[in-house]
Amino acid sequence: MTQTWKQEGKPETPIPGTYMFDGTAAMKGYALNKMCYSFNHAENRAAFLRDEDAYCKQYGLSVEQREAVRERNVIRMLKAGGNIYYLAKLAGLLGLNVQDVGAQQTGMTLEAFNARLRAAGD
Amino acid sequence: MARIVGGLTTSHIPAIGNAIDQELFDDPYWKPFFAGYPPVLAWLDRVKPDLAVVIYNDHGLNFFLDKLPTFSVGAAAEYRHADEGWGIPVIPPFQGDPAFSWHLINSLVADEFDIATCQEMLVDHGFTVPMLLCWPEYDKFPIKTIPICVNTVQHPLPTPARCFKFGQAIGRAIESYEQDLKVVVIGTGGMSHQLDGERAGFINKEFDMLCMEKIVDEPESLTHYSIHELVRLAGAQGAEFILWLTMRGALGAKVKKIYSNYHIPISNTAAGVLVLEKE
Repeated sequence: MTQTWKQEGKPETPIPGTYMFDGTAAMKGYALNKMCYSFNHAENRAAFLRDEDAYCKQYGLSVEQREAVRERNVIRMLKAGGNIYYLAKLAGLLGLNVQDVGAQQTGMTLEAFNARLRAAGD
Repeated sequence: MARIVGGLTTSHIPAIGNAIDQELFDDPYWKPFFAGYPPVLAWLDRVKPDLAVVIYNDHGLNFFLDKLPTFSVGAAAEYRHADEGWGIPVIPPFQGDPAFSWHLINSLVADEFDIATCQEMLVDHGFTVPMLLCWPEYDKFPIKTIPICVNTVQHPLPTPARCFKFGQAIGRAIESYEQDLKVVVIGTGGMSHQLDGERAGFINKEFDMLCMEKIVDEPESLTHYSIHELVRLAGAQGAEFILWLTMRGALGAKVKKIYSNYHIPISNTAAGVLVLEKE
């Protein structure tokens, strides 16, 4: 689902495949984003890897957020209010770079995703 | 009096930090990107700025969603980089200029830009990667810096028109400082890219070319977009182009283009660099 986002009171036409991180998303995603923000510190990354359940519990993730993290499903995380800049820290600790994340979200193979990026320069 | 010698813009993709650390300058993937920087360094060597005002965006190192200012200005003696969570090497601190910072702050607020002030401010790749590209030996030959952060994390983002006006106010603030200083204004980020959603990987070369051309002599034509239009045309994170417009606002009406380079892709992004001299 793509969110509609309003500017100056007027509804904007949603942009397919784009999740505007607005106030609604920021409230919904607060716990998940706060957990991801904590991954700026190496000891927190280690704590997550040591006991993922306990770490998620500590930050009070919603059921939906917990499921999304368990599945490593970035689109689900976005729908649960995740912000990509914070989610990137979780992705990094899971050993995924932004091309891996791009491939996952678009349902493409990594090779196909990278080929599409290169083709954008032609 | 302080004087703006010119402005430059450059993408700040995190992967660049890793590539510099691993010295991948001649690697086939990286070569066309790094080839874009010797002319920038030559220009900097010619104009010899004393201080860089760096307009950038924080990606969740200094600011979290608990307190997220739209515009914030550094007022520290030193700006540190730190662990960003996903492995970019941490680089040495950057020198500040608190007296100049407070002049900027006073001038901007008098000019009705009610910015947040930061006596402690961690700077992330949005700041460090451009600095490393432009001053590879900054740890040996320090340049003073003032980071100015613009929110691109959480909507509503400031509009392109507002950012351009903010840049104009930054320009007035710089040029009213009594000390003799040569200042370069840097806008970082862009160009088109999108990291999140099913539209991830979106790049729009045509729109980037338009921005690269119009920002020189007709920057105001680019300030009429809404953020929503910018996201549609440049991608969710391509909205960072507002940082380029802020830089351009600071330079005043007449500029001369010295150099530009554009390369697709670096990571998920169209990488652009542009040098403008104030006339």
